[in-house]
Amino acid sequence: MTSTRIRLPVPPASSVVEGAGESPMPAAPQASRHSARARGGLRITTYVAAAAALPASMLLAVGIGSTGIGIVDVWQTVVAHLAGTQSPLSPLRDGIVWDIRLTRVLTAAAVGAALAVSGAVMQALTRNVLADPYLLGLSSGASVGAVAALTLGVAIMPTVAAFLGALAALTLTLLLARSLGPISPSRTILAGITVSAFGVAVTSFLIFWNVQGDSYREVLNWLMGSLAGSGWTTVAVSWAVTAVIGIPLILGARVLDAFVFGDTAAASLGIHVTRARWIFLAAVALLTGVAVAVSGAIGFIGLVLPNAARLLAGFQHRLILPLCALTGATFMIWVDTAARTLFAPRELPVGIMTALVGAPIFALVLWRHRSRS
Amino acid sequence: MTAAVAMPALSAHDLSVRDLSYAVRGKMLVDDVRFDVPAGTLTALIGPNGSGKSTLLRLMNGALTSSGEGAAVMLGGRDLLRLSRRERAKTVALVEQHSTTEFAVTVREVVALGRIPFRRWWTGPGDDRVIDDALRSAGADAWADRQVATLSGGERQRVTLARALAQQPRLLLLDEPTNHLDIAAQLDLFALLRDLIDRTRLTVVVALHDLSAALNDSDYVVVLSGGRVVASGAAPDAVDADLIRRVYGVEAAFVADPGSGRPVVIFRRLGDVGD
Repeated sequence: MTSTRIRLPVPPASSVVEGAGESPMPAAPQASRHSARARGGLRITTYVAAAAALPASMLLAVGIGSTGIGIVDVWQTVVAHLAGTQSPLSPLRDGIVWDIRLTRVLTAAAVGAALAVSGAVMQALTRNVLADPYLLGLSSGASVGAVAALTLGVAIMPTVAAFLGALAALTLTLLLARSLGPISPSRTILAGITVSAFGVAVTSFLIFWNVQGDSYREVLNWLMGSLAGSGWTTVAVSWAVTAVIGIPLILGARVLDAFVFGDTAAASLGIHVTRARWIFLAAVALLTGVAVAVSGAIGFIGLVLPNAARLLAGFQHRLILPLCALTGATFMIWVDTAARTLFAPRELPVGIMTALVGAPIFALVLWRHRSRS
Repeated sequence: MTAAVAMPALSAHDLSVRDLSYAVRGKMLVDDVRFDVPAGTLTALIGPNGSGKSTLLRLMNGALTSSGEGAAVMLGGRDLLRLSRRERAKTVALVEQHSTTEFAVTVREVVALGRIPFRRWWTGPGDDRVIDDALRSAGADAWADRQVATLSGGERQRVTLARALAQQPRLLLLDEPTNHLDIAAQLDLFALLRDLIDRTRLTVVVALHDLSAALNDSDYVVVLSGGRVVASGAAPDAVDADLIRRVYGVEAAFVADPGSGRPVVIFRRLGDVGD
């Protein structure tokens, strides 16, 4: 209901601070078997907590807003709809729970999961802990695609157009980064910023040119992200794509481990490097594409959560990706709840919230890797 | 150029490299390379910078694809280049010169990468015993839980070696593994390789800069220049002063090691006054 009730289940800022001194020069050089086992226990606790936090957050967040609704009422309403029985709430409040807030929370969850998993995959493929679909231009490319489809009346679904836009932007970013010299994290980011700036300009232009009336808000929603347009359609599209792409990604995540040490290492471990890279990049473009198509370009989710997940779950992507999906979904739910309630009745674009949290963490990750990059 | 010293007769189990070639923008980096060595031996691959050593190793493990017509890497009667990628990764392992990452990763996690060819879908690295063995064989078991970023160059080299051993290869390729190692670590590395060969009949091919090490610590020498094999044969006789002058453009003198009697090479610039 109010900001004080909103607690972020994953406090990324503090976990990164804790880890900051750890990686470059740990205090205890010889970790014993005990600490390895303790870490295993911590790992299981982390997963249980992350898996429990997501449904709990959904129920809580649906209750929060100008019309406060208790968690029990929310639960009974959801059960009633699933079971096809009479809702305990008045039709108005029932509509708020089922059609407005639940769809928004579910869409937020899928978007958060898609973006966090995308970030983790991008980071492994580019061997760059700073990679993020937003920073590498994918999100703005996807915006161009979606907005073009909507405003120019191109006869393809905004989601498909967003996917194509994300793929084009990703290809441009990687080609540009490669043309600047040997691929390095900073070059990749610079190339991404370049592509991103161009995409932002094209998106803004398309909207100003085509949309009548309040196009400022429209531009802002695409560039900074907003989940205000959620409904059962966005739930269906975002969950379907996220599940269909995300589950095989998690199952095949061991391939990403090999990429972290470079292409030759991956090839030496039996991986078809070119094919695997394009499959993973296309998957990321699809995930980012659907996220942008339903909510605009939301930054830093793909940067913050994978870095936090690595601190908690170690290095293996088969463990990191599920954790990213769970925490990304939960994180997004709470950030969006904050965005729509903090300054109610006015609503902040959710990307403002994620940037306020994410930009300082980006700086922290940069600082952690200062000596090596 | 023919071999300075005849290679021994080979059986089907030995390593036979045939017709490997690789070109970038019309320039032959590796040009029709072929050589045969017995299994369970250590072969040094020598030659100046840019002679194609690293490229040849990547062709041998299939990380690069040879453009040669009849390209083959025969080992144990099988052509490694015709195996599936996964099967090949279970047979040949490459220790790269630089294998680093900015990701936070422990030694054990790096070595577990060597089990990727044995895994399917979501399964974990499993087989802790193989990983433990690999760590021990490479002398890296003491740091198993440490972050790789905190290790020295020599220690990281051992971790990369352990990762390769976790692939349980029959053929081990190492790309200039002694670079950035201090002298004790260099000697340790060769002792370790020799021990592995004795215990498991592993076949090892090492690209090296250090000619004395190549002549003293290996069984066979293959000399590359401009992507071609210009000499090959049993160490230490495969290399003489004339060959070094042609390949490296320096004068070389051979001095007997007072301990082993094997040759140590001393270099002078061409044209400098000799003795």
